[in-house]
Amino acid sequence: MYQRKPNISAEKDWITIALFFVISIIGMLCIFSVEYKSNDHFIQSLFAFKKNYSKQFIYFLVCIVIAIFIMLMDSKLLTATPNILYLIGIVLMILTFIIGKNVNGSKSWIPLGFMNLQPVETGKIFTALALSKYLSRPEIDFNKSQSQVIASFICFLPIVFSLLQNETGLALVYFAFLLPMYREGFPPVYLIIGASLGVLLVSALLFTTMQLVVVISLLIIAIIYFLKRKFKRHKNLLISLIAIWLLSIFFVGAVVPFLFKNVFQKYQTERIFSMVGRDNPYDEENNKINISKTSKKYPSKEKENYNVKQSKIAIGSGGFWGKGFLKGTQTQGDFVPEQHTDFIFTSLGENFGFVGCTILMLLYLTLLLRIIMIAERQRSTFSRVYAYSVAAIIFFHVAVNICMTIGLAPVIGITLPLMSYGGSSLLTFTILIFILLRLDADRQMVLR
Amino acid sequence: MPVFHESRKNTIILIFILLFVIIILRLFTLQVITSKYKDLAEDQGLFRKVIYPDRGIIFDRKKNAILQNTNISDLMVTPNKLRGIDTLALCNILNIDTAQFKKRIVELIIKNGRSRPSVFAPLLSTDKMAKLNESLYKFTPAFYLQDRSIRSFPYDAAANVLGYTAEVDTNFLKKHPDEGYVPGDYAGMTGLERSYEKVLMGVRGIEYWKRDNKNRLTERMENGQYDTVATAGQNIYTSIDIELQQLGEKLMKNKLGSIVAIDPRTGGVLAMISAPTYQPNYLTGSERRKHFSELFLNPSLPLLNRTVSATYSPGSTFKTLQALIGLHEGVINTDTKFSCSGAFYGCGGGKPMKCLDLGTFDLRGAITLSDNTYFANVMQRVIDNPKYPNVEIALSSWDNYMYSFGLGHKLGIDIPSEKSGNIPKPETYNKIYGKGRWNFCTFRSVSIGQGEVSVTPLQVANEMAYIANKGWYITPHIVDSIEGGDKFGLLTKYKKKNRPIDIPLEIFNAVHDGMQNVVDNGTGVGAKVKDIVICGKTGTVENYYRGVKQQNHSFFCGFAPRDNPKIAIMCVVENSGGFGGTYAAPIVGLMIEKYLKDSITEKPRKDRIEYLSNLNLFPKNIYKEIRRQDSIRHSKDKKYLIEKGYIKSVKDTVGIEDDQIDNEDLHEDKTNNIPPKKSEKKEIKPSAIIEKKKKGKKRIN
Repeated sequence: MYQRKPNISAEKDWITIALFFVISIIGMLCIFSVEYKSNDHFIQSLFAFKKNYSKQFIYFLVCIVIAIFIMLMDSKLLTATPNILYLIGIVLMILTFIIGKNVNGSKSWIPLGFMNLQPVETGKIFTALALSKYLSRPEIDFNKSQSQVIASFICFLPIVFSLLQNETGLALVYFAFLLPMYREGFPPVYLIIGASLGVLLVSALLFTTMQLVVVISLLIIAIIYFLKRKFKRHKNLLISLIAIWLLSIFFVGAVVPFLFKNVFQKYQTERIFSMVGRDNPYDEENNKINISKTSKKYPSKEKENYNVKQSKIAIGSGGFWGKGFLKGTQTQGDFVPEQHTDFIFTSLGENFGFVGCTILMLLYLTLLLRIIMIAERQRSTFSRVYAYSVAAIIFFHVAVNICMTIGLAPVIGITLPLMSYGGSSLLTFTILIFILLRLDADRQMVLR
Repeated sequence: MPVFHESRKNTIILIFILLFVIIILRLFTLQVITSKYKDLAEDQGLFRKVIYPDRGIIFDRKKNAILQNTNISDLMVTPNKLRGIDTLALCNILNIDTAQFKKRIVELIIKNGRSRPSVFAPLLSTDKMAKLNESLYKFTPAFYLQDRSIRSFPYDAAANVLGYTAEVDTNFLKKHPDEGYVPGDYAGMTGLERSYEKVLMGVRGIEYWKRDNKNRLTERMENGQYDTVATAGQNIYTSIDIELQQLGEKLMKNKLGSIVAIDPRTGGVLAMISAPTYQPNYLTGSERRKHFSELFLNPSLPLLNRTVSATYSPGSTFKTLQALIGLHEGVINTDTKFSCSGAFYGCGGGKPMKCLDLGTFDLRGAITLSDNTYFANVMQRVIDNPKYPNVEIALSSWDNYMYSFGLGHKLGIDIPSEKSGNIPKPETYNKIYGKGRWNFCTFRSVSIGQGEVSVTPLQVANEMAYIANKGWYITPHIVDSIEGGDKFGLLTKYKKKNRPIDIPLEIFNAVHDGMQNVVDNGTGVGAKVKDIVICGKTGTVENYYRGVKQQNHSFFCGFAPRDNPKIAIMCVVENSGGFGGTYAAPIVGLMIEKYLKDSITEKPRKDRIEYLSNLNLFPKNIYKEIRRQDSIRHSKDKKYLIEKGYIKSVKDTVGIEDDQIDNEDLHEDKTNNIPPKKSEKKEIKPSAIIEKKKKGKKRIN
């Protein structure tokens, strides 16, 4: 009993905590620079709590309180409750369909009075815990396909709800759980297939089908040419290569058009294509010669392109050293829409340039590697799986968000961890990280 | 506890690092390698605000400002702040109705957006300004006043000399591509405003402003450290005597014509009146566009600077030059006498050239009474002079004299659209009659300043300066000096004397004698001024308009005082009828008196000013043209009234069946209306009228 008394000072990972603080503070400064106007009295408005940066400051203080609370918690509680929490999370997701509040076209928020809760966002915590719980069961053999299916079901169930709530971005985040599953023995084939499908998908956006078919065919021919000596020993190799070739062409020629025509909604398709600066080739109305319609459609399409274009302009104009804090013309001129939330990276890019961006990327990388290091030093599977889940979620958020601001990924509403304005996002990541730190503090124990 | 997969940790780390490296590489190309985004950012995030300096001020010879700047206000509106404003009160002040108000606001929103201030009412008149200033607090913050500098003419005179500024159009921009003009700028279009544009415009300043996503200017870039300061335009000092100019304009009221007065010692123009003129302040302010089209369509062409852009046959004023040539060529001397028995018969048959006074004349007498036969004989002797092998060479040498007197070419005065006039060349006659098939008799009317010779009023005044100076002139110019130095070398050519031919002083003295007699007891007695010895020469110029002979032009030119001349002057009154001495001479006399005595005090002289000023010598053609234009406008109005039903109500009281009458009336009106519209297009164009007039003038007597 005496040993299990929580001790927050002893086994804490100070490096992670420091990174948490540094990144959050950078985030608040960036939000400040978005809203700041040269004639503002900033201390006055900081305590008036009317500006976003002052609100973010409050959220941050709340998060610190909650973080301390988590650190004081018994980690047994964490291992005991995941299933219940997961269930509650799912129930909340279903509840949004009934009492949900419509924010920016997606009905995924539950109003709580003082703030709005987004169950799909917080569901990441519960899912991470539930996955850890499931995989840490002693009777589970993750090499069996049955347990693989169940684990996948736990991870991907929330995707259904987020898609129904029109939150494609948040749905995609749940694919991050492939990473901890892979670490626990999930066959890598799925990861490879997933990744190559992603690459094919992106290239299908960048090039026409004909170009892609030619490039893929040339690639396969080149591979066959270089591997021709090996065909004598492995006869299946040639067959599988040809199968891959046929499959890729099928994917590019049939699956992608089908996806864009029938599965994705029009705004999503347009968004995806706008990111690479192309008109939606699968939009039949677009291809018809109808002057009145095209002229009506024009502004909305412009708007789709506008976000990415402005974001690139803001980041690109930063140059090597940046324009200096509060000196960005694009940031100060409110050119980038949603700059304080999804596009907060642009403010950093403009004010601090390439150097600032690289430093932030290195901070995130250090955080990720630190979490993986923490994961590997856990004695219990629960903690390890959880740690990997946290790393995967943060990684996915950072990568997709930044890719989206620099035009490498379509604009889907994914926040930049600890930086973007918004209580929900900040709170989620605080809880994710501090639960991990709580578990890490008890790494000497075997938790189940 | 499966720990078999620990090596997969490295794969995951590799994936993390790989993606981060890709992102950093992408950031590197975006931020460091490409400069495209920096340009784009500058385009949309920065605004180069051009600061317009005040234009230079123009002074007259006594340092009175005759063209300066005043501030006038534009009423600005920011559409998105309009909520809760008493629009009706504002409409009452501005004298518009609410529908117009709404329409204007909508137009501005389309043009400039909701959140950017745009000009609601430009260049408010002073009474509107006064009313607005009282109640502006009711309309803030949506409305505010913004000062703008416009040109103003304190004396409201010398319109055609000073010129006007106007917004540059695409044509202007094409012609002046590298001078930094952008659409919306104002530039000088005519007169001094045009020719000294470079000097008057000053140097524009540039302020760099930050701009936000709604195109509003937010703050200065880096507190203005990259800004350049605007430098006001340079002031210029002219030789114009504004009081003399005003007197001239008064005398030329209700007349067509011009007066040009030059200081022969400097070549500086003292007064330059083109009548009819307009009030230059008429072309500034809010109604500019309307006023301009009014002036532009006026058949009497007030926008035309007749002093340099109209050409006339010089008439008898030409005889002084003929005398100079004859004396210098040695074909006559001061005592040579020719007699006039009623006409010049030197060419045998054909239409004889009449002379008005019968008798025998020496040079002095011939100039005094403007004897045609005498000068026909003089020119015949010059052309048929045996020292020239043929008539072509003789005419060329005669032409040479004329060119050196400043005729037949542009003098190069510092206001635009100067015409060169015409001195007949041998080539012209070769072309018309064939080589060797013409002789003096072909162009004998040139000898008395009719026929193929044409001059501008400025050239005549300059010719007087040449004679007054006894053999040299300085190219006439309006600007004497530029404050802060002549950086563009605009004044260099006005510093040197032109003395192309050395003609002995005695010859000039002889001509001066004749010219003095003209005023003392000849054709030009009307120009006489007490205590001043004036030399002058009258001219009565026959002219034709569309082949029909019109009333004569009245010409007078001269200089005074005879010893040490201080003013060389010419006056032309178009189609006035009478002789050169009837109208032009008294006008010149008054101008000389005003300039040399500084004021006209005697009662009879004052009365004379009033008499001449009230004299209406407008040719009938012009009135006809004005009436025609008015009737076209009137018929338009009538149609409008019928459409609105005003005329119908009158008919009602008469008590005839309405419908029938109305229909007939409308029908009739339509048929009546179509032809005038066509003719309007064809004939109102002022340029067309000028051309026809010029043709008329060139007709040979």
